[in-house]
Amino acid sequence: MSAPYAKLPAWADYGLIPLINLAVAFLVAGLVVMLVGENPIRAAAILVEGALGRGQNIAYTLYYATSFIFTGLAVAVAFHCSLFNIGGEGQAYVGGLGVALVCLAFDSVLPWWLVFPLAIAGAALFGAAWAFIPAYFQAKRGSHIVITTIMFNFIAASLMVYLLVNVLKPAGSQAPQTRTFLEGGQLPKLNFVLEALGFSVRSAPFNLSFLLALLAAFLVWVLIWRTRLGYEIRMRGFSPKAARYAGVSETKIIIIAMLISGALAGMMALNPVMGDQNRLQMDFVTGAGFVGIAVALMGRSHPAGIVPAAILFGMLYQGGAELAFEMPNISRDMIVIIQGLVILFAGALENMFRPSVQALFASLSPQAAGVEARQGEGG
Amino acid sequence: MAHTAIELNGISKSFGAVHANRNIDLKITAGTIHGIIGENGAGKSTLMSILYGFYQADSGRIQVAGKPASIKTPSAAIALGIGMVHQHFMLVENFTVLENVMLGAEGEALLNTSIAKARDELERLERDYGLEVDPDALIEDLPVGLQQRVEILKALYRGADILILDEPTGVLTPAEADHLFRILRQLKEEGKTVILITHKLREIMAITDNVSVMRQGAMVATRKTAETTVEELAELMVGRHVLLRVEKGEGRAGDVMLSVKNLTVKDSRGVTMVDDVSFDVRAGEIVGIAGVAGNGQSQLLEAITGVRQAVSGTVTLDGTPVELTGEADPVDLRKRGMAHVPEDRHHVGLVLPFEENENAMLGYHWQDKYLKGPLLDIEAIRDDARRKIEKYDIRPADCRLKTANFSGGNQQKIVLAREMEQDPKVLIVGQPTRGVDVGAIEFIHRRLIDMRDQGKAVLLVSVELDEIRSLSDRILVMFAGRVVGERGPEATEGELGLLMAGVEKKEAAE
Amino acid sequence: MDFFTTLILVLDSTVRLSVPLLLAALAGLYSERSGVFDIGLEGKMLAGAFAAGAAAAVTGSAWAGLGAAVLVSVFLALVHGFASITHRGNQIVSGVAINFIAAGATIILGQAWFRQGGRTPSLPGDARFGALHLPFADTLRDVPFLGPIYAELISGHSLLVYLAFLFVPFTWWVLFRTRFGLRLRAVGENPAAVDTAGISVSWLRYRAVMCTGLLTGLAGTYLSLAQNAGFVKDMTAGRGFIALAALIFAKWRPVPVMFACLLFGFLDAFAIRIQGTPLPLIGQVPVQLMQALPYILTVVLLAGFIGKAIPPRAGGVPYVKER
Repeated sequence: MSAPYAKLPAWADYGLIPLINLAVAFLVAGLVVMLVGENPIRAAAILVEGALGRGQNIAYTLYYATSFIFTGLAVAVAFHCSLFNIGGEGQAYVGGLGVALVCLAFDSVLPWWLVFPLAIAGAALFGAAWAFIPAYFQAKRGSHIVITTIMFNFIAASLMVYLLVNVLKPAGSQAPQTRTFLEGGQLPKLNFVLEALGFSVRSAPFNLSFLLALLAAFLVWVLIWRTRLGYEIRMRGFSPKAARYAGVSETKIIIIAMLISGALAGMMALNPVMGDQNRLQMDFVTGAGFVGIAVALMGRSHPAGIVPAAILFGMLYQGGAELAFEMPNISRDMIVIIQGLVILFAGALENMFRPSVQALFASLSPQAAGVEARQGEGG
Repeated sequence: MAHTAIELNGISKSFGAVHANRNIDLKITAGTIHGIIGENGAGKSTLMSILYGFYQADSGRIQVAGKPASIKTPSAAIALGIGMVHQHFMLVENFTVLENVMLGAEGEALLNTSIAKARDELERLERDYGLEVDPDALIEDLPVGLQQRVEILKALYRGADILILDEPTGVLTPAEADHLFRILRQLKEEGKTVILITHKLREIMAITDNVSVMRQGAMVATRKTAETTVEELAELMVGRHVLLRVEKGEGRAGDVMLSVKNLTVKDSRGVTMVDDVSFDVRAGEIVGIAGVAGNGQSQLLEAITGVRQAVSGTVTLDGTPVELTGEADPVDLRKRGMAHVPEDRHHVGLVLPFEENENAMLGYHWQDKYLKGPLLDIEAIRDDARRKIEKYDIRPADCRLKTANFSGGNQQKIVLAREMEQDPKVLIVGQPTRGVDVGAIEFIHRRLIDMRDQGKAVLLVSVELDEIRSLSDRILVMFAGRVVGERGPEATEGELGLLMAGVEKKEAAE
Repeated sequence: MDFFTTLILVLDSTVRLSVPLLLAALAGLYSERSGVFDIGLEGKMLAGAFAAGAAAAVTGSAWAGLGAAVLVSVFLALVHGFASITHRGNQIVSGVAINFIAAGATIILGQAWFRQGGRTPSLPGDARFGALHLPFADTLRDVPFLGPIYAELISGHSLLVYLAFLFVPFTWWVLFRTRFGLRLRAVGENPAAVDTAGISVSWLRYRAVMCTGLLTGLAGTYLSLAQNAGFVKDMTAGRGFIALAALIFAKWRPVPVMFACLLFGFLDAFAIRIQGTPLPLIGQVPVQLMQALPYILTVVLLAGFIGKAIPPRAGGVPYVKER
């Protein structure tokens, strides 16, 4: 039962191996590009140019990244408690309802800076509520949280369609969406920051919730590594028996971790709903909940990894849109493939290259390998 | 005429940096019961797993019945007539006995006819060897003793001539163990070769013809059982003359600190594991609980320390009652002065992927000294860990190192340091030296005596009878969930052994 | 239209709608019974549907489509096996990855090869699995009661429909009456028991995931070559997950899987039928509720309110030899 692998230096463990995995994922993506008859190197160049080439593009990249930071953090917090929350998509969708209800109620009476904290609370509350039932069933009745959160994604989709079509749609309107929020329900854009840095931005949805996302990333780091609660979450994540011994209630910690996870996923809705579209639309999450899985895996569940991973995926989304213009054979769905490949190589196959890297290290310095093999005595 | 069933030459096997087996030679005579004895971690199981094709040796040769054999998989071992009863049974719980027995030896691809054939064969084996068990019973409904019987039948069904049993009595009651020994003798009479792996000297003396001793991965000696003694084997096992007695002064028992009355505990399947147990532990004494593993000691510890809910009974800690049947709260018990060194440090007492300093406060992480407002006080936590590392000589002295990277003895010291440094009134200790090297054992025993001398009430549970006898001021013996006797430290091994086997019930606890 | 005719029509579409669920759920059964969780049924089915649509469009042969679908699905199943059996990766993560790869790749490749916005070209009858008319279907149609049942409900489906329902007893037989099935069930419960009995855990599990690939390929083929005339992007639309729900709902047993799929198919057919029309006693039922019902039922089951779904004990856990 001991770790079958020898110890690697931390930089190899946290830097080299993830990079190798990522490189392989992009290599395979490049093969797909070749398969459809395009030049992968040119595609990569267009993609990077499209993501970072002009101020406008950077603003879009950061807009997408904002959503992914939230959903990536959501998945990561659950991971630390050894829970796989695949329900980010549904939690974000329902979180949007919280944002919309706050905005619809207060946008005519309060300024945005008073509506914003209420909307944050609404998003977090609704997202957390949607995570609560799967969490409760996992904690109290042992239902597999992966399956229940998947089911809750579909239930959320049906619920939201019902509400948009039958309840929230303004009378006389055809489109299944709420009315457009007034100024009190619109977050200020951050494009001026980029402009101050010398970029020109025509119009882009890059908005204040980006800063909230960065703040959330910092707070998640504090939570996980610097608070008693985070310590207890990690304890249960590594060893439920030890948590029980230490007097940590498993029921409580599972539910709390999932509520935090759901709240973070719900807060993702602020970005598109309040920051960009200024109304609640059908399917506004567009897969960001699932991208969070890739982001969390790539970022190794650490905020310092999640933020860059989210920005990378922001680049892929924005650059991918540009790529679709330039290369007729490639659409934005290329990003979905890359996302899948990243999840495959950085997640499911994360240890594929480890033995060879270890062999390499062992041959470079024989005494470095083999330290970590002391735990399996008895037997 | 005795020929050689198995001959091993120069077998070596490493896992990473750990040499589980070093250059092992072994010769086993056909038709005998051959014991292999050694401490936990001496490499006995690894050696047998190599013989059974479960692991590959890094080097060395195997001969079976005089012919060189290459055993790369269990199926190769089975084909050579080698069967193995693993320490943890390899049974499919929701399959029937018959399905388990035939798994992997079904014969044809369709089960229609092979099931009938297997049933006939199984029933014949059951009759021939006196190993009755209902072929249609589900494994999960059978008691461990019968499950083990199924394992033996599985091996016989595959035509095993050589049967390896890995620590077969660890989970058995003494009566079941006796029954197993009768079966093994009968197998020997039928001409089978039996290899018995154990760390219990008593078993070796009782049943084997020959015995080989392993120590730290090496084969140190082979003896005829009739020509050796327990003392000699014990010395061979640990490599020097064992100091069975720890130096300690007379105990001065004070007030009752821990009082257990009529405690009854069930396990997760609803089986009563602790049955109406009562005893007291006073300040300044060590009360040892002896017993064969699986007689309720684990559940007793868990119930007292709030990890498992009890069914009924009361526990009083320093005069105030402990909530036992509701939502148990280990934190509350710690606050009231109970410290707990759990039996399983790998999964319970420590979080192995944590840094050492994170484990040095496990269970006490709510204490003010580790917190700074809503945050953890990282500096205070690490300073505290460093202090304990120094005081308990934990090596390597690095509080940022992952706990998994410490040796068994040092891991146990991390737990002991944490619990003892709380200055508890009551210290509950389970299997303190399991899987711990000899040097650390002495250290740990010394610290336990120190605790007693400081006036702590110490409850010690161990399956190592020597440990119980050398440390305890009073010894309680548990059998089948009950305390069946109390003795002083002067009690002989034989006397305690009888109690542990459930004999002499009339002289039960006062 | 009288009630009976309506009923026949609803049941007929129930059968059609439950077939992809059935094939996918049986597919999942092989893998999960062997201890390999598979939430990538959706992706494999989608990739299979695309491969079938594409190959049938190019060759004009439904059978070529079927072959391509099976090849592609088995390939993805082997990727899942490679990650979760050989490299002991997280099975959930691997399944999620396969879903995304399939979702993206089918659109990209479809657009690149056929330039119809991610569709494959609409297929003529020869390149599809058309309806099979059972003997005497037309002559017996007018027999009261039984006639319509035979002619409408039983006859007139594609070959894959009959195949799907045949797979139910066949799977039961494989699982409980063959050596392979015995070992498959054993390895999902306690792989160490299988290993020490001299059977290769990896090879056994690889065979199981290949069965999963084969059946998801059939499910995909049904979608693009029988139910529709070609591949449309995202055409599985969550059916892989409903199939997963059905598998759990049926507690991983073949015959209950069939009933669960029929139930979920019926809910779907019923929802389509009653769209907009109020029901007696209940009144208007939102169509979204009907769509969500399979998921809600599965959650309720998983929570143990209606029986308990206990998965194969070794499910989701990579096999590592104990030390």
